[in-house]
Amino acid sequence: MLDLKFKKVLLLGSGALKIGEAGEFDYSGSQALKAMREEGIYTVLINPNIATVQTSEGVADKIYFLPVTPHFVEEVIKKERPDGILLAFGGQTALNCGVSLYRAGILDKYNVRVLGTPVQAIIDTEDRELFVKKLDEINVKTIKSVAVESLEDALKAANELGYPVILRAAYALGGLGSGFCNDDQELTALAEKSFSYSPQVLVEKSLKGWKEIEYEVVRDAYDNCITVCNMENFDPLGIHTGESIVVSPSQTLTNAEFHMLRELAIRIVRHIGIVGECNVQYAFDPESDDYRVIEVNARLSRSSALASKATGYPLAFVAAKLGLGYGLFELQNSVTKTTPAYFEPALDYVVCKIPRWDLTKFQGVSREIGSSMKSVGEVMAIGRTFEEALQKGLRMIGQGAHGFTANKEIVVPDIDKALREPTDKRIFVISKAFQQGYTVEEIHELTKIDRWFLEKLYNIIRTAKELTALSSLDELNIELLRRAKSQGFSDFQIGRHIYKDAIDPEEYVKQVREFRKSLGVVPVVKQIDTLAAEFPAQTNYLYLTYNGSASDVQYTGDRRSVIVLGSGAYRIGSSVEFDWCSVNALQTIKERGWRGVMINYNPETVSTDYDICDRLYFDELTYERVMDIYDLEQPHGMIVSVGGQIPNNLAIRLDEAGVPLLGTAARFIDNAEDRHKFSSMLDRLGIDQPRWKELSSLEDVNEFVHQVGYPVLVRPSYVLSGAAMNVCSNDSELHEFLNLAANVSKKHPVVVSEFIQNAKEIELDAVADRGEVIAYAISEHIEFAGVHSGDATIQFPPQKLYVETARRIKKIARKIAGELQISGPFNIQFLAKENDIKVIECNLRASRSFPFVSKVLKINFISLATRIMLGERINPPHKSAFDLDYVGVKASQFSFSRLQKADPVLGVDMASTGEVGCIGDDSNEAILKAMLSVGYSIPEKNILISSGDSRKKAELLTACKLLKDKGYQLFATGGSHQYLIDNGIPATRVYWPSEPEQYPQALQMIHDKEIHLVINIPKNLTQVELENGYKIRRAAVDFNIPLVTNTRLATAFITAFCNLPIDQMEIKSWDEYTS
Amino acid sequence: MVYLQLSMKRATLILENGLSFEGYSFGYEASTDGEVVFSTAMVGYPESLTDPSFSGQLLCVTFPLVGNYGVPEDRIDPVGLHLNYESEGIHVRGVIISDYSFNYSHWSAVKSLDQWLKDEKVPGLFGIDTRELTKILRDSGSMLGRIVIEGDNVEGPMYNPNLDNQLALVSCKEVIHYPSSKPNAKKVVLADYGVKHNIIRHLLNRGVEIIRVPWDYDYNQLDYDGLFLSNGPGNPAYCDDAVHHIRRAIEMNKPIFGICMGNQLLARAAGAQTYKLKYGHRSHNQPVRLVGSNKCFITSQNHGFAIDESTLSKDWDPLFINMNDGTNEGIRHKSGRFYSAQFHPEAASGPTDTEFLFDDFLNLL
Repeated sequence: MLDLKFKKVLLLGSGALKIGEAGEFDYSGSQALKAMREEGIYTVLINPNIATVQTSEGVADKIYFLPVTPHFVEEVIKKERPDGILLAFGGQTALNCGVSLYRAGILDKYNVRVLGTPVQAIIDTEDRELFVKKLDEINVKTIKSVAVESLEDALKAANELGYPVILRAAYALGGLGSGFCNDDQELTALAEKSFSYSPQVLVEKSLKGWKEIEYEVVRDAYDNCITVCNMENFDPLGIHTGESIVVSPSQTLTNAEFHMLRELAIRIVRHIGIVGECNVQYAFDPESDDYRVIEVNARLSRSSALASKATGYPLAFVAAKLGLGYGLFELQNSVTKTTPAYFEPALDYVVCKIPRWDLTKFQGVSREIGSSMKSVGEVMAIGRTFEEALQKGLRMIGQGAHGFTANKEIVVPDIDKALREPTDKRIFVISKAFQQGYTVEEIHELTKIDRWFLEKLYNIIRTAKELTALSSLDELNIELLRRAKSQGFSDFQIGRHIYKDAIDPEEYVKQVREFRKSLGVVPVVKQIDTLAAEFPAQTNYLYLTYNGSASDVQYTGDRRSVIVLGSGAYRIGSSVEFDWCSVNALQTIKERGWRGVMINYNPETVSTDYDICDRLYFDELTYERVMDIYDLEQPHGMIVSVGGQIPNNLAIRLDEAGVPLLGTAARFIDNAEDRHKFSSMLDRLGIDQPRWKELSSLEDVNEFVHQVGYPVLVRPSYVLSGAAMNVCSNDSELHEFLNLAANVSKKHPVVVSEFIQNAKEIELDAVADRGEVIAYAISEHIEFAGVHSGDATIQFPPQKLYVETARRIKKIARKIAGELQISGPFNIQFLAKENDIKVIECNLRASRSFPFVSKVLKINFISLATRIMLGERINPPHKSAFDLDYVGVKASQFSFSRLQKADPVLGVDMASTGEVGCIGDDSNEAILKAMLSVGYSIPEKNILISSGDSRKKAELLTACKLLKDKGYQLFATGGSHQYLIDNGIPATRVYWPSEPEQYPQALQMIHDKEIHLVINIPKNLTQVELENGYKIRRAAVDFNIPLVTNTRLATAFITAFCNLPIDQMEIKSWDEYTS
Repeated sequence: MVYLQLSMKRATLILENGLSFEGYSFGYEASTDGEVVFSTAMVGYPESLTDPSFSGQLLCVTFPLVGNYGVPEDRIDPVGLHLNYESEGIHVRGVIISDYSFNYSHWSAVKSLDQWLKDEKVPGLFGIDTRELTKILRDSGSMLGRIVIEGDNVEGPMYNPNLDNQLALVSCKEVIHYPSSKPNAKKVVLADYGVKHNIIRHLLNRGVEIIRVPWDYDYNQLDYDGLFLSNGPGNPAYCDDAVHHIRRAIEMNKPIFGICMGNQLLARAAGAQTYKLKYGHRSHNQPVRLVGSNKCFITSQNHGFAIDESTLSKDWDPLFINMNDGTNEGIRHKSGRFYSAQFHPEAASGPTDTEFLFDDFLNLL
């Protein structure tokens, strides 16, 4: 080991989850911290993402819930005086922050050494020009564009690069004057057009249709270098790797290609001087061995997390150790425990990563997938055939698919177009095309997806056809059954193909299961051991497959294991918070002397780290697969209440199948989930709720609305387009919504509820034991009801709640807990107006805010809940929630900048992709820290205000006065301007896009970055938003100017930054608040 | 593309210890037998199957998806080397895999793996649990096995390649000259124990003239600058003639570089012993360390025998060591004139980390 001695190391986290930077960095950061602590190094972590595992007790020695920005990091350095810093484990956020600190000389000033890859090497990979130059030095080809200013030069450049080429008009927005050219003639025609838009045109070699291949490379300080694995994108170049289905290892490369790219990757990594982990992405010609390097990521990445899970090689852990100066030969293979970390894993399975999109949650967003990332999560499926892995994966993404076939028919007006211009439905369009008779060749021509993948998909279609030709299970021979199973068909798929819709799905699923079990057609369990069985391994990292005849695992049947169902793919509404819950449940299970068994398939998580539990099944959370595992494990019990909605939804069927569920009984879960049962229970208990009704005709809807009055909240059960829920304020909005977005009928009823305006929303997170509340936390939303609880800013403990309100809430919670005999975690949401309290919903499982309240209180609710579910008697914690001398604020992170054209306005459907939780001595401080953590900045000078309707204008007035007093310059559109002037607040009038002849134009000021904060309050919550407001909001997002669209949040934010200068904010660690 | 219709005839692998695996036949439809070995390489089946070191063996590929990119055309360069293969044809006696890709996809492919096996009369078995088979071989050691096609009635002892001198089977039968492109090139004698063509290419690319001689040929009568000892199949203990010639070359102080079998024969010539490994090293991910340094390399390997390091005389040092199991991976004479590697620096298939060993050899000439 090199003589690098570190005593105290600072790790930068990645902050809130956002599109492109998600849970994978919780995994990599946690691993790095584990590696540091194993060496006895004192660790300090800065990460405002309070829902992560890395910000849990015992992972780092000191945790700061602060923004990962140069200011705060410098303050922490000043206070903590670490001698080392880790920049590679917190995504682009940490890397950028680290580079800024380096450039500003802060790291030198405080003698902080960067562990692993030197900052200059990072800069060489991040700066396009330096990067190209650097790779030129070793004759490695990159994607280059040549800037030209004449047709002659354009032709010359194109011939040097080789056709086809892309022309791009420089400085032209929206791709005007850009396109592909196949020869001189086409180029001449297009170039003329391009030059009419711009004096400069960029000529670039077109790599359309090329394969995209990645290598994960590790290098130590001794120059030893390995590639841990490679990956191949199913989709050709042009679709972001985060948007593509990815397989590992590569499937269509020959030995020569595989090793040529491997050798190049090693050459690149050595030349750049990486120490640690790094990812090299290639474009690879499908018709020769030509290649280009797309980019190099000198840090842990989403791909490296995937590679770790795909191979069992703990990349982040090893990278952290290498940063300390270890050689790869000095570290151990943590799976075999007998061989060194210097090796390249051999896989004897194939993994398939599939992205999960949530585009339906956004208004106006384009569904096309392309060069920028829009997906919010991903799954990884493991199989011993590609078909098996892919079909598993399609079920795992959790959007209703049963596999590649047997899904709900999708409507594709123009299949050719849909194949050529892919959307988030791409894979299902391919399925549809096959079923309509398209050949592999035709689909290949339209998609450029390699024929090998398409042939495999066609295998699935052929089996589906053979199954569809049958009409009962009796006709199904064992060979076909085995083939279907080995291709990843679920019992449901087999049943549906055979029985069509003749019988109830639950019935045929049961029949298929019994039938195949009677024939002995059951899956086997295989280990992921990094060496393809070459060496014996004690690994507990498992998956199930039908492509095998024997299991690697021997079961003892001692009933000492407890299975925890995980949370699946990250999606809007369910992400790292449930991973925290799962991990904490597993840890508690182990502590209490049981064996913890995890089922989950999300490669971006800590719960799928095989050293978190005693056994990890990296597999589906479907009823079928959970039952397969249950049959094998024969556990003491199963926990379904810590992984969010997926396990919760399985509770009833698992219970019916005789699975011992730990915690609240399934029938009570059903009583809380079923709207009708829950409602009548509340009535019985005398608990108030907003009036609601399930209605199946327009007349009934009108009648009900007449009774309760506008506005109403409408939830269709079948959504045609757009968001699933909406608030309607008048007849025309209601009818427009019902006509455009939803289909009202007996089969598809809508639920209409009364919508209470200007009501507070309050959450209760609690743990109960056999109906008795043991611990609880009440928190309040800053926004009024109407903003989804997942998007709202939440403070805990509540700061502006009547004592009476809190008392009533506790009372209601006790009643509900008693009635539903709750044992374990639960959450209730309330509306409060004055002291009038209504219950909106109740979940008999952990909620999104469990880690937040657990950490602010420093009482681990999941640990308590788990012990209760294990049957232990718990003494309620003494600490009272209202006694805290500090405040926690949870703020939401939005990813609108990634979602082109989406309207960044908040409503009753959730839109945020992540969250942070910060602690302050008072509300102002906590809010400011939280807002700065999710990307807001304190405005420099100019603020643009459009303050909505008159009520909202009034609400915002105090904040506007404050801004004026602080010397801010206010700019306002028509009505808002008038209102400010009338109230004695000077403001400059600016004009809407619909007032084009008048100046100054609001949009122009945003484009010119003359505005530093945009407050744009939509007039109402309907989808039919005025074009004007949309354009302003969208421009704010596109030009990266902080935007607030809610008066209550705007007021809180303005109050905070006007009263608390950034340099007066306390730099206090978690334990400094809580101890 | 045409969908290949396979007969899908059942076939069973029966192991020496009585265990059996039932799957389907592909490739040449016939029963076969040999020593069952496994390789954990994830790519490179055209290279592996044509590697003479696999002579006499039934090769189980642990990566389940095989045949994906078809088989390239058998192109022969002007000096007679097969450009896309490692020798003149397939050397394994059978292929055992899990999931066969009926439809291949690659610009360089001209036929499917199935068709190639048919053309070369080599049987294949797919649809069995190759991981389970591998675990059995790992735990019990390599053993004999037989693939029996449905309906075939095969009895009698299974073919044991270790009882035969496999070298004699795969070595060239007469001397072949490969001229150099350069004038006054150094002359290298290549003792062919079943040489992979990529080794010849590596030497030729470095501008030497090659005299390729049969395994037992007495090359010491020739005028040459350096001796190259090739890879090859089977048990090094059967090759006393070859060992005798090497010993003589050492006495003549000719620079010597050996690979794989060449390594084992050099060791025997130096008086050391070789032994059979339990289940051998056959993969692309074997880590080796240059003895006495912090330099490590990922290597391609394919061997069932190894040098017993403890029997090396004081004039010889271990050169490389296997980081997984500590076995010897190469030796070097104290003079630095003679050295060898157990792994395959020529790769094809496998990683290319150790190509520099060819340069080292050239520097000695």
